[in-house]
Amino acid sequence: MKTLRNVGVGETVTVQKLNGAGAIKRRIMDMGVTKGVDIYVRKVAPLGDPIEVTVRGYELSIRKSDAEMIEVN
Amino acid sequence: MSSKIALAGNPNSGKTTLFNELTGSAQYVGNWPGVTVEKKEGKLKGHKDVIIQDLPGIYSLSPYTLEEVVARRYLVSEKPDAIINIVDGTNIERNLYLTTQLIELGIPTIIAINMIDIVRKNGDVINLHKLGSALGCEAVETSALRGTGSKEVAEKAAALAGKPVSGSLPSVFNGSVEHAIAHIEESIEGKVDARFLRWYAIKLFERDEKVIKELKLDSTLLQHLEEHIIACERELDDDAESIITNQRYAYIAKVVQTAVKKKHTGQKMNASDRIDRVVTNRILALPIFALIMFCVYYISISTVGDFVTGWTNDTLFGEMISGNLSAWLEGIRVAPWLTSLIVDGIVGGVGAVIGFVPQMLILFLMLSILEDVGYMARVAFIMDRIFRGFGLSGKSFIPMLIGSGCSVPGIMASRTIENERDRRMTIMTTSFIPCGAKMPIIALFAGALFGGSGFVATSAYFIGVAAVIVSGIILKKTKPFAGEAAPFVMELPAYHVPAAKNVFRSTWERGWSFIQRAGTVILASSVVLWFLQGFGVVDGIFGLVEDNNTSLLAAIGNAIAPVFAPLGFGDWKATVATFTGLIAKENVVGTFGVLYGFAEVAEDGAEIWAHLAADFTPLTAYSFMIFNLLCAPCFAAMGAIKREMNNTKWTLAAIGYLTVFAYAVALVVYQLGRLFTGGAFGFWTLIAIAVLLGFLYLLLRKNQYSEYRERAAERKVTVNA
Repeated sequence: MKTLRNVGVGETVTVQKLNGAGAIKRRIMDMGVTKGVDIYVRKVAPLGDPIEVTVRGYELSIRKSDAEMIEVN
Repeated sequence: MSSKIALAGNPNSGKTTLFNELTGSAQYVGNWPGVTVEKKEGKLKGHKDVIIQDLPGIYSLSPYTLEEVVARRYLVSEKPDAIINIVDGTNIERNLYLTTQLIELGIPTIIAINMIDIVRKNGDVINLHKLGSALGCEAVETSALRGTGSKEVAEKAAALAGKPVSGSLPSVFNGSVEHAIAHIEESIEGKVDARFLRWYAIKLFERDEKVIKELKLDSTLLQHLEEHIIACERELDDDAESIITNQRYAYIAKVVQTAVKKKHTGQKMNASDRIDRVVTNRILALPIFALIMFCVYYISISTVGDFVTGWTNDTLFGEMISGNLSAWLEGIRVAPWLTSLIVDGIVGGVGAVIGFVPQMLILFLMLSILEDVGYMARVAFIMDRIFRGFGLSGKSFIPMLIGSGCSVPGIMASRTIENERDRRMTIMTTSFIPCGAKMPIIALFAGALFGGSGFVATSAYFIGVAAVIVSGIILKKTKPFAGEAAPFVMELPAYHVPAAKNVFRSTWERGWSFIQRAGTVILASSVVLWFLQGFGVVDGIFGLVEDNNTSLLAAIGNAIAPVFAPLGFGDWKATVATFTGLIAKENVVGTFGVLYGFAEVAEDGAEIWAHLAADFTPLTAYSFMIFNLLCAPCFAAMGAIKREMNNTKWTLAAIGYLTVFAYAVALVVYQLGRLFTGGAFGFWTLIAIAVLLGFLYLLLRKNQYSEYRERAAERKVTVNA
């Protein structure tokens, strides 16, 4: 199962499924990360976490532990 | 008949600029009742009775964050007459997500497509007509920065105010979902305002806990609705919340496809991304950050700030005001005591603090610029890893950073933290970081007792940071602060040229609240202090005293001093200095000066080093310093805490926490230090060891609330299954 956490910098992936529940999941979806959307992993923060991705035309930073909830292809 | 227009939109959409544009200076800033969220409203320029209510920047109307709940509550209970929805045209998909939710409220809405100048520069084209008809409301172009379109938006909104919404709301969702929503609408008809029927129905479909609680529906009805919802969930193989969210975005994607023509598709590297290649670069990010901060502080405090403060203190207050004022007062035969009250008490006391204002205004200005440019989000991004370790997020770093200049704007900066628990914790611990006013205290003791060693200052910062970290760990394990870690899902907005109007306004807002506090509290306490210091009971007679050892202040100081005896500095002068430090931390140096007989001392108090060396030992001096650095901050900062907490209990808890923490640390340092320097083992040494063990226990104990968190998360999952 590939999640957003395992995606390398520079790769573009498509969201297959969102795991998790409650506030975190809702927040991620509210920000535009939904089934079928493309995500481009732009970079990792200097201290290793969080990561910066491009989604629906804007930049979003998300922690690796939360990125794990996003299943991608 | 006055009308209310709500202003709603995403953070970073230019809402603040538009709000300022629409209301000019006729603004009122406060807090929403009972919460730490800022509330801004103002009168619409050019209209006598139209109020613009600025709602917190939100991405959605979910029930999960404080800002969203505050906005929802306002919209549903205050029922504004119209909504201006500001949308960032360069980021239109995510912005329209909120739009689809706002229009469901059935309140006449007008969309302001903002940053249209940047949209045009990018070569994108937005068809307002198509967009408007797809969303069931009118769309207007604005560029709040350039000032275009805002008037048009306001006029149209004012015209819409109070009128029923024309036309039907668009069908955002697909067949079976719309079907279920219609069912729910039927079931709750009459229980809610007719306008909000659809909004409530959709919320119930999402199983919105707050709405369920608000409507107090009976369990049979809920069961009935649940059947409809589950049917949909099974059909679409997803949970209700996700279904709604996904379908909203699907609808928006279609709308954008017809109404928006983008010039570039795919991965473009725009100016912001290019800047970030350097600024959040793995290797360069931290050095660049250090450089930027160094410049900010150097300019505001060391060069320009120092110069202006020096001039304000010495020339303006010293010569011009104090000198001339005394002469004038004497000239008009004012009684010497009144002259002293005015010149030494009021002007002297308040003046010392006002002298800081230029420095702070410049600091606020620099920080406002950084914020407006968009750099602060990058700072949170870079620092998050560190803060995650003890339950906070990178967003808590910014208040601490600003707090190293002055706690007042630092505490105010905690507003950007979404999670209320984290916000409260940040407000509480920001003043641990030594601020500019505490530097003289450090310099004083470093010079008097430690031969000017730089180690003293370094250790002070280290202790401050350690106090923040330790507090974070300890507090996260207590009930009021425990709970699910707030998600750190944060937008990195595009960089843009800072808007002078915004920057100056926010600089002034912060500076003014500081001055206000100086004007009131500090003035009052300066007068009280002047009185207590100059008057006393000598040989049974109450009156002016020559030797301040016999003043009322000394008497009070002597009475309270024993409290500080276990910390090593139980004499009245030290006690009094600590208390004057509550007015303004830099007073500590000045007070020692006065108490040792010097009307004026240099910033680091060089004149009194010999006196201090006689009254303190290195250990007691260090203990005194630690206590003053960590304990309750100055009145201005306490005022800021009160304002941000918006709750008396929490304010007192915060100040109490700081003071108790400071006492505990100073106690441990002094008592154990004494032990190591050959002192005898005493009662208080025992207490100190107990305190230390207490600290270790609080730090290292298992977090009993992490189980609570897991169980809560589990509960949510089973409901959705």
